[in-house]
Amino acid sequence: MTLTMEAPVPVFEDKATDRKLAIICSKGSLDMAYPGLVLANAALGEGIETHLFFTFWGFDMINKETMGHLQFTPLGNPATHMPPMLMGLPGMTSFATHMMKKQIEGIDIPGVPEFLEMITDAGGHLWACRMSADMMHIDETDLYDRVEGIISATDFIELSEGAQTIFI
Amino acid sequence: MTLATIAGHEVHVDDEGFMTKYEEWDDGLAKQLAANIGIDLTDRHLDAIHFLREDYLAVGETPTLRRVTTVGGIPTKELFQLFPKKPAKKMAYVAGLPKPVGCV
Repeated sequence: MTLTMEAPVPVFEDKATDRKLAIICSKGSLDMAYPGLVLANAALGEGIETHLFFTFWGFDMINKETMGHLQFTPLGNPATHMPPMLMGLPGMTSFATHMMKKQIEGIDIPGVPEFLEMITDAGGHLWACRMSADMMHIDETDLYDRVEGIISATDFIELSEGAQTIFI
Repeated sequence: MTLATIAGHEVHVDDEGFMTKYEEWDDGLAKQLAANIGIDLTDRHLDAIHFLREDYLAVGETPTLRRVTTVGGIPTKELFQLFPKKPAKKMAYVAGLPKPVGCV
């Protein structure tokens, strides 16, 4: 007869962590929307308080009119490894966007609106930048309804106290 | 992978305590695993756990949280209520499966 030890129990709530994450989303292109969304979702899945602050072009991610239609352009992007002369041709952006959307769907990653729904369901907070809203003449009615508010830079600094901050 | 005891049963676990042999798991062990991490297992928890087990068998890897919602039909909000803070890892632990590796 062998004597076995009681199995260890994984530590899921390590030292009641108060880790907090603030992600500033400043880009409105399809490829640059995802890093913030993926990181926010991952952080929430780890029990980390997460805030997303949308500013400048990042408004396209939470503007009801544009959030489902972000685009990707290969123009001026050497990482596509395509001849730069061709990338500016008419139709290239919509073609590249179509291809990228297909790739994203292919690995079962949601589109931007559904991603934001998932993030807020997981307890994430969405905030819009006051200055960008004023510049673009946008108010709450134009924004995705789960955005909690339009806040100033100072408000953001206050709410991100103690947070690790990522600028995208 | 070592042999260890959970609720009087000898099972194989990894260094963290996640079970490593699919067939060694049953609902009784799930109850104990859940209790280990402070969860009182209900039928609703088991719905999620059973989905994880079935999906693992079909796909060969532990489903991500999103998959439990989109394919398993259990809303994200509810998963965070049932398995607070770290639902994906907690579900995998209770289901006797490895942690999910997918990003989303």
